[in-house]
Amino acid sequence: MRSAREALTASRRAPLLSALGVVTIAFSLFAFGLFGLVAINIRKALDEVEERVEVRAFLSDSTDIESVAAAMKDIGEFPEVNRVDYVSKDQALERARREMGEFADVFEAGVLPASIEVHLRPGQRSPAVVKAVADKIKTYHFVDDVRYGEEWVEKLYRLRNIATVAGIALGVAFATVAVIIIGATIRMTVLARAKEITIMRLVGATDMFIRLPFLIDGLVKGVLGGLLALLFVWIANRVVNEYFIQTIFFNRELVFVGVVGGALMGVLGSLVSVGRHLRRV
Amino acid sequence: MIRLTEVAKEYPRSGIALAHISFQVKKGEFVFLTGPSGSGKTTILKLLYMDDRPSQGEVWINGVSSKNASGRDISRLRRRIGIVFQDFRLLEDRSAEANIRFTLEVTGAPKATIRSKVARVLTQVGLASKATSFPRELSGGEQQRVAIARALVNDPFVLIADEPTGNLDERATRSVFQLLRDINASGTAVIMATHDLDLVRRSNYRTIELNHGRIVFDSSESPAPARRFDEPLEIHDTPTGTESI
Repeated sequence: MRSAREALTASRRAPLLSALGVVTIAFSLFAFGLFGLVAINIRKALDEVEERVEVRAFLSDSTDIESVAAAMKDIGEFPEVNRVDYVSKDQALERARREMGEFADVFEAGVLPASIEVHLRPGQRSPAVVKAVADKIKTYHFVDDVRYGEEWVEKLYRLRNIATVAGIALGVAFATVAVIIIGATIRMTVLARAKEITIMRLVGATDMFIRLPFLIDGLVKGVLGGLLALLFVWIANRVVNEYFIQTIFFNRELVFVGVVGGALMGVLGSLVSVGRHLRRV
Repeated sequence: MIRLTEVAKEYPRSGIALAHISFQVKKGEFVFLTGPSGSGKTTILKLLYMDDRPSQGEVWINGVSSKNASGRDISRLRRRIGIVFQDFRLLEDRSAEANIRFTLEVTGAPKATIRSKVARVLTQVGLASKATSFPRELSGGEQQRVAIARALVNDPFVLIADEPTGNLDERATRSVFQLLRDINASGTAVIMATHDLDLVRRSNYRTIELNHGRIVFDSSESPAPARRFDEPLEIHDTPTGTESI
């Protein structure tokens, strides 16, 4: 209680320093938040592309519909498989004509074979899994050919790995910078009150007692900075949506994690700053 | 009450600050620590309020030993010690009263007692009428009185004063010194580091003189303490304020 009051009094005594602290924290978290926003949007885009990973088995003309239905049932029960669709000759023709409007005339009825399209479950779309499924499907005698865009799947997978590693590395870097900036900001508060801390120690205040107001100060600044950063990111997201491309915003859980993260960084920053100062005086 | 046994202090960079320091201070005693700058006065005081620990030997004060005192022990000890510095160390952004109240607040004194305690010590140091003045509105002597009031507010058994008159003119020096004598007369021990030999000469208190980190003279062990100051002393001692913690 007294610590909270003390923290508040300190902010009232140096409002400019406190405001500057909150804004500094907000901007460092803003940078982190923008990065986060880019990361979740890239992820979403990759997820969408990945959803299109499918194995297509072309059937020989003579295949009777019962065998195909039985095979589709079998394949649908593979653990990696999400959904199996049948594309008849007519449907294949129609689709081809639709997708390649200019060359619609080239396709004649009966040219394109019937096929089954196998959609894989999320997390089962790595090149190895896709290949294994394709190999299994190849064993049906009425399957002429299996295509799954081997090269394309591998490239996509590599891109995804690069994005993940880069995301983690950049995320850690941004978070580190944010902690350092928050630490430095709180250090300013500590230095501004260095004399008070010295006197507190000399008259017999315990270290915990000295620390507590700073921890509360760090917590409050972290939360306020976090909320402010969130507002900035939200505005940035709106602007991008309005003038450039469609993007998604953080969901409620991520917003919560962000604000709690800000608070934790604030507490961590003050712990480090005050601890260093207490060891020195 | 206070006992130093074969205390030595060595700093990694500046070398030996104290060596073979042994003395005791009894309850209610008044002791001067004298000696040129850098002779180890401030170091001894720091060891007394455990801002630092000896490299060798033991400092024993009010049941707390430098050998095994925890952070909590030290905090508790300091609540029973009053400390006064040459540069007053008051918080400029609050009144005299608030400076004293601060000590009580941060040591967890019951709220109901704070007001009366602050008023009592301010009266004791003769500043009841300046309770609401800020440090910048007070003279040096008055500021030091506020600092002394702050040191007294927790009823210490000993008052440790590091050059308390070092920044004051002669008149203020005299009145602050008189205040310390009064405090001592009421039963609080006083350990005062000073290089004001006039003060030392004018009173009959015990004097411990240091030079190069060693005790060169302790009047409690000498039959004629006054003799020392009749000799021409080599004093190259100016108040620089560098001996602060």
